[in-house]
Amino acid sequence: MGVAELWQLTIHEARAGLDGRDFSSVELTRSCLDRIGQVEERVKSFVTVTEELALKQAESADDALASGGSGPMTGIPVQLKDLICTQDIPTTCASRMLENYLPVYNATVTEKLFEQGAVLLGKGNMDEFAMGSSCENSAFFPTHNPWDLRRAPGGSSGGAAAAVAAGETVFALGSDTGGSIRQPASLCGVVGLKPTYGLVSRYGLIAFASSLDQIGPVGKDVTDCALALNAIAGYDGRDSTSLLLEASDFAAGLTEGLNGVRLGIPDEYFGAGMEEGVRAAALKAVKTLEGLGASVEPVSLPTTEHALACYYIIAPSECSANLARYDGVKFGYSYQDTPDMWQAMESARQYGFGPEVKRRIMLGAYALSSGYYEAYYRKAQQVRTLIRQDFARVFERVDALVTPTSPVVAFPLGEKTADPVQMYLIDVCTLPVNIAGLPAISVPCGFSEGLPVGMQLIGPHLSEERLLGIAYAYEQAAEWYKVRPGL
Amino acid sequence: MALARAEVEHIAALVRIGLTKEEVEIFREQLSNILEQFELLKQLDTGSVIPTGHAVELDTVMRDDIPREPLSSEEALRNAPRREGDFFRVKAVLEE
Repeated sequence: MGVAELWQLTIHEARAGLDGRDFSSVELTRSCLDRIGQVEERVKSFVTVTEELALKQAESADDALASGGSGPMTGIPVQLKDLICTQDIPTTCASRMLENYLPVYNATVTEKLFEQGAVLLGKGNMDEFAMGSSCENSAFFPTHNPWDLRRAPGGSSGGAAAAVAAGETVFALGSDTGGSIRQPASLCGVVGLKPTYGLVSRYGLIAFASSLDQIGPVGKDVTDCALALNAIAGYDGRDSTSLLLEASDFAAGLTEGLNGVRLGIPDEYFGAGMEEGVRAAALKAVKTLEGLGASVEPVSLPTTEHALACYYIIAPSECSANLARYDGVKFGYSYQDTPDMWQAMESARQYGFGPEVKRRIMLGAYALSSGYYEAYYRKAQQVRTLIRQDFARVFERVDALVTPTSPVVAFPLGEKTADPVQMYLIDVCTLPVNIAGLPAISVPCGFSEGLPVGMQLIGPHLSEERLLGIAYAYEQAAEWYKVRPGL
Repeated sequence: MALARAEVEHIAALVRIGLTKEEVEIFREQLSNILEQFELLKQLDTGSVIPTGHAVELDTVMRDDIPREPLSSEEALRNAPRREGDFFRVKAVLEE
């Protein structure tokens, strides 16, 4: 491989090459930046490209490598979703509201990656404030799916998944509130991991729904997701919901056999609205897992059909509270051409927020308002308990659940934007995981109509090592990672 | 359940989002459709179920109260749309 093709490498391949002095971080970074120059006009996965910073960080990484002071992330290029704070670098949430916002501090994950010598290529496009499933709610431009540029990459971390699939970055960090890492990973044919709630610090992650939000990696393969998780997981005193845990090596469980592993297939996740090609690919993946030694049994999660309503009460309720801070006074979009302060505030929010954000703020405020709180918000929190109990019950019998990640493959841009409910239904397989705070991973499991299909593995709290192990065994047997988009 | 225009206007006022007349109608229809999806929850008997606010078991977290350097005024004001000296500038809150 010539230095011009280094953009094709995974984290672990790049690590071997950098440590073996086959190439430098500057060469690797330059190759990614050139790839961005080559395809970004068509993919549009970056809100901001930080070329100058990237080359400076790559030079520092090369110095560290020369002096023997390198770690697992030294010199590895990354894209960060544009709601992860980066000091002095625009962090827009793909919203007019934060178009000119310059954070005065780094998110914990940013700080961790920088301390470990990672190279920031730029900030990933997304649905505005992470609200959406297609990346079309970005206030700036939609991102295009590298497998078919007329189609959506999924969302909300569509920029992350498209950039990894197109080879514009070695890996990316996204965030997942209802499927926002796994669903785009599925639609773009890459691997996406949503960690257990509390495993990765949310400090500096611009909040959407605080009891559901979690940062996680998008990578070219399972090993990369394990390595990226190693780099960002861990207790953080600045996030009061951060879990107090000993550090562990998430790459330790990557083995090829699945003997003794018990997998559950929940009928409810293969229901109406699922494309035949998606169902066929997922069921074929189950056969492969069985062939690797896993035992498979049907299980039932009866509350699954209630997860959508539960989620679309809880997430908007939390969003309406979190987004109350955007008042046009302390930071963000401001509108001054009004007679008084209240109208200035209403105008700032009218012109600063896009339609989906307004819809969710209003929906949440309604669910929390006097007279409706019991019927909506409290009811949803009770259903949340039932959904958790459903999962707890099946995890007494099986180690993990196997489902499709998305009921559909990548859909044409513009196809689902007119009807919010249709867009919400795309996340039907991923939402329950956030409601219960569980970890889950999406791994490519084949193609339908020439477009990638993803398989989702869901496990009990803090079962990341086992989920990554199952995903790795499948990936090595199925070898879908060898098929890349011809861009 | 169908919302009335007045209800949409009331919610918009609560969350301080200005809406045009056309937007009131669009949101009225869309929010009504979404609320209809919520009817499904009524099927579940949740009488004695304890609500979950947080999916992972976690007690109140305490940390040592160690003084740290806060953001400087300059940093806190850096993103202010309008400032005057070390203050955020807003339009008059109270009428004269």
